[in-house]
Amino acid sequence: MIKFDNVTYVYPTGVKALNSVSVEIGRGELVALMGENGAGKTTFIKHLNGLLKPTSGNVYVDGKDTKTLSVAQLSRIVGVVFQNADDMFFLPTVEEEVAFSLRNLGFSEDVVQRRVDWSLKFMELEEYRNRSPFLLSGGEKKRLALAIILAWNPQVIAMDEPTVGQDSMQKEKLKEMIKQLNLQGRTVIISTHDVEFVAELKPRVILMSKGRIIADGKAEFILTDGELLSSCSILMPQVAATMSRLADLGFNAKVISVEEAVRNIVEGLRGLEHTRRA
Amino acid sequence: MEIVRVEGLTFTYSGFDTPAISDINLSIEEGEFVLLLGPSGCGKSTLCRCLNGLIPHFYAGKMEGRVLVAGMDVSKTPTYVLSQYVGMVFQNPENQLFSLTVENDVAFALENLGMPRDEIRRRVDFALKAVGIEDLRKRSPFELSGGQQQKVAIASILALMPKIMVFDEPTSSLDPVSAKSIIETIFKVKKELGTSVVVAEHRVELLADKVDRVIVMQKGRIVKDGRPREVFVSEEMIPYGVPVPKVVSMAKGVNRHFKVFNEIPLSSEEFEQGIRRFIHDKVR
Repeated sequence: MIKFDNVTYVYPTGVKALNSVSVEIGRGELVALMGENGAGKTTFIKHLNGLLKPTSGNVYVDGKDTKTLSVAQLSRIVGVVFQNADDMFFLPTVEEEVAFSLRNLGFSEDVVQRRVDWSLKFMELEEYRNRSPFLLSGGEKKRLALAIILAWNPQVIAMDEPTVGQDSMQKEKLKEMIKQLNLQGRTVIISTHDVEFVAELKPRVILMSKGRIIADGKAEFILTDGELLSSCSILMPQVAATMSRLADLGFNAKVISVEEAVRNIVEGLRGLEHTRRA
Repeated sequence: MEIVRVEGLTFTYSGFDTPAISDINLSIEEGEFVLLLGPSGCGKSTLCRCLNGLIPHFYAGKMEGRVLVAGMDVSKTPTYVLSQYVGMVFQNPENQLFSLTVENDVAFALENLGMPRDEIRRRVDFALKAVGIEDLRKRSPFELSGGQQQKVAIASILALMPKIMVFDEPTSSLDPVSAKSIIETIFKVKKELGTSVVVAEHRVELLADKVDRVIVMQKGRIVKDGRPREVFVSEEMIPYGVPVPKVVSMAKGVNRHFKVFNEIPLSSEEFEQGIRRFIHDKVR
């Protein structure tokens, strides 16, 4: 679905934000881009909908080179939710915000209404339909930004730091929504350094540092590699950090969820009990 | 000694019908480390603003009850006086920094208070050292990383040698390693100087084993106030959406099968100790 072929991007200031990045993301995958501040995560995301075009190399979305497509064309395939949701609102009501881009994309009015309804309902924003976007809380604004993107049903949804400023309940809700979008077959890409959130979501993790991809694999493997993570200012999630302290006792250190950790420890203690009896 | 006393505090921002905080009663002792938890919009930031006088001096609204800091009524004390007793660090450090060098930023408030040069120099040295950023003194705050900037913000507050420091989500824009380092810095300062600290923060994993007390807010009210172990273990906190450190959930899960933990751990280290002790006792 997405292919970066040896992509380098240099900002006009001379900063090389992406350095020879090659990666493929398949249709329906759930991916977390992780890495320190300034690792290149946001630059990566801006290449998905053509806001930035590679200085060298190529980005392909759905088989097409982004250099041959406009942002408007790409946006139909890839919806991007940026970190500062506030920046994108400018209309008097929540409903109009969602309808705006749909009308721009040329949908007929009855389709616009249906999609607005669906999208507000999905993001649990129906009750705020007639409210000004600026009166929403931080978490609600994030959901509105996502509702706007969802309304035109892009195949790929990319979110830049979706958990920043969100409390634990909002994160829980966000996690469920991401899972559901992914289950519906969409490709979902999030950039984040929220390890606890990623540990619960268990996506494929692409780890970036200083503009390069330094690791790529299942969350269980990446998030349990303390040395690798600390090289890009990330800490192990608490479950992994705890289990790695107990590795010498024979417990499984490659575990990131509470349930697995508990199962592993309980099994280990049972085993111990047996050997003692025997 | 009591450093903060809040009595029957209710505050409604002008233009709003419902109060942001209602009937808050609170006493904070000197040297206490308090974690303030609760969903966004629960009134944490409003309470923080009441402690350093931003409310009622800069935010318009209706205030009932009173806030005493070091015995002074906040609403009757000018903010420049309060600033020597209460320091506040916000979410986004960049908004708090403005000078050309780190050193100047840290010295700024002291100069404004008209302190003698020697005293300013002494305090700047002290603050930079306490936070561990002496090597950054000649740098421009704007070329620093977010974590370093936040440390500069802390140093500039610390230079005022306040009795209490208030942090409103100090790590929310930082990567995990910087966040950990900020929390450790706050803890170190608190321990070494005996400053009281109030932190509103969602990252409980980093704080659970360091704070003395956890206050949970919900819809403008305090719904729980207790020792961290008591608050995080309590089942009644679940509906409030209070984030619980993962080790607490792990320990509860293990305890359902084996009585490993008499006391629920609040950190990876405590969890490890509990497991090792249990195995040791069993094998023997």
